[in-house]
Amino acid sequence: MPDDRELLDTGSSAKLLGDRFPGMAATDEQVVALQSETLDSDDVLSKKPFGFLFWFAITWVGLVFLAAIFANLLPLQSPNFQNYSALNQGPSSAHLLGTDDLGRDLLARLIFGSRVSLIVGFCGVAIGLVVGGTAGLISGYKGGRLDVALNAGSFIILAFPAIVAVIAIVTFWGQSLFHITIILGIATIPLMFRVIRASSLSFAQRDFVIAAKTMGATDTRIVLREILPNVIPVTVTFSLITVAGIIVIEGTLAFLGLSVNLPTPSWGNLINEGTANNALSTNPYIMMWPAMSMFLLLWSINLIGDRLRQRFDIREGLL
Amino acid sequence: MSNAPTVTDPDTANADEIVLDVRNLVVEFKSGRQRVQAVSGVTFQVRRGETLGLVGESGCGKSTTGRTLVQVQPATSGAIDYQGQDLTLLKGRKLRQMRTKIQMIFQDPISSLNPRRRIKDIVAEPLVIWRKGTKEERTAKVREMLEAVGIDPDAAGDRRPGEFSGGQCQRISIARALMAEPDLLICDEPVSALDVSVQAQILNLLADLKAKFQLTMVFIAHDLAVVKNVSDRVAVMYLGKLVEVAGSDDLYREAAHPYTEALLASIPEPDPDHISDHKALTGELPSPLNPPSGCRFRTRCPYAQDRCASEEPLLRELAPGHQVACHFPVGPLASGSASV
Repeated sequence: MPDDRELLDTGSSAKLLGDRFPGMAATDEQVVALQSETLDSDDVLSKKPFGFLFWFAITWVGLVFLAAIFANLLPLQSPNFQNYSALNQGPSSAHLLGTDDLGRDLLARLIFGSRVSLIVGFCGVAIGLVVGGTAGLISGYKGGRLDVALNAGSFIILAFPAIVAVIAIVTFWGQSLFHITIILGIATIPLMFRVIRASSLSFAQRDFVIAAKTMGATDTRIVLREILPNVIPVTVTFSLITVAGIIVIEGTLAFLGLSVNLPTPSWGNLINEGTANNALSTNPYIMMWPAMSMFLLLWSINLIGDRLRQRFDIREGLL
Repeated sequence: MSNAPTVTDPDTANADEIVLDVRNLVVEFKSGRQRVQAVSGVTFQVRRGETLGLVGESGCGKSTTGRTLVQVQPATSGAIDYQGQDLTLLKGRKLRQMRTKIQMIFQDPISSLNPRRRIKDIVAEPLVIWRKGTKEERTAKVREMLEAVGIDPDAAGDRRPGEFSGGQCQRISIARALMAEPDLLICDEPVSALDVSVQAQILNLLADLKAKFQLTMVFIAHDLAVVKNVSDRVAVMYLGKLVEVAGSDDLYREAAHPYTEALLASIPEPDPDHISDHKALTGELPSPLNPPSGCRFRTRCPYAQDRCASEEPLLRELAPGHQVACHFPVGPLASGSASV
């Protein structure tokens, strides 16, 4: 059904509703004539403004990214430099966010700490996406025994409690950023697999896929041209939500002392430091800045994911 | 496929040439541990240039038959001969090449077009897959074909399917099917999802294009009134089997199978004073998991006798070109040939 905006957009109140359905036109000439008219108004339908919150979220994520990438170029102290003449200070012009109980600059630690969160979050999801996403696309399209086998594999990984696995592996393998990224990446593979498989499966049954087969398209072509474009929106949204999830898991691990080794800062490490040794009552800033930054980052990522999904949602027809 | 010894030239082609020869087609689905026969031993031929209507109620296997003809659904047994080639035996590139000659139009026009691709790309797809022509030639061909189905290529080319009505989408999918230069067009209820006013447009379009591109058609539908108008011959299906095959006019004039008789009686009369003197068909279609013994229609047949339960009626010729699978046929042809 044409919605209100479309009707308003054409501006002609005299237009009969019947005219809005090009299919109802009696002759081909009318069909063609009506088409160009209906089609012109579609921009209104598909392009809804993103809104202030979306742009705020984009700005915050962009800022965090830029700061993390160019941390070395910024006029910051070393995050591990201890200035014993400035312990537990509040925000000042010398230390914009204050210092901690060892006199380290909190802004420097916050910015260098964001690198860990971002690398673990985005690279972890990239691993899950490449492996789990590819497997999910093929599994959903092909079905059959391959699907059964891959499904079973995903259940096995899912059934294993991720936190326990991470603790065990990190203990034996070492607490490096690389290891933690790999482990969390592997943990997201089954999540990505299941979501993308489900989406791929629902499109694999559609008539346009059957039509592509009868036209002689190869399986590769069908997966890449017919199924992938339809699966991308849900993939983008879910990936962003997973990034947020992984950042939280890294924070949890760091809080337990299982992420990257101290004194290397990560947001989780910082929150951990800010709550240890009664620091929360003597200097709440240590814990407050990373907690707030993480909260804003997760909120922004989720919001961006949600708004992108709305934008990607296209109408499938007037019928 | 220039190397294939075909007789596609319309001047030399025999009018009775059989394009598609389906023999004993069986299609089974697994349902848990059980097997369901959606199509159980169907045999029919399609002659060049004709339109064969395939009718029956929902769940009788007519759509499955259509999907098996284009080899999207594998046949459990039986043969589908297209120009001397059994399609069920083909694999890989040979199958991909061969299947382009049989194209399909689907019931749901919205679902049959990829919502994320542009109309011009969708219609050009058969050419792109087989790398036919240069980019300019393809564009020209797409324009020509869109115009042939009544879609303005300038207004529509860069749009996506969601911006079109059901009737327009169906026109576009017809254009796409014809781009593959098929011999045979399988139309699986192509108008049942459309407005009545649009139905007529699409049916007329199909008739025009059939003449223009010398197509042979298999027209699957549950609406006998629609089938009567488009078909040269009609095959009636019931629970996975053919019960009657006859020329379109013959079938409507002298239906011999009780099921066909009931179907014809169910066509609504556009006359408010008309009172149907015919009993409507009662009961449900039996489960194909456990079909009735003997004649599959006997559980709903008003004329059923003991013999119908014990012996399965085979498709036999009652009059030239008029086959029926019934021990006790009805109608004008029945007199004198009650049973063999």
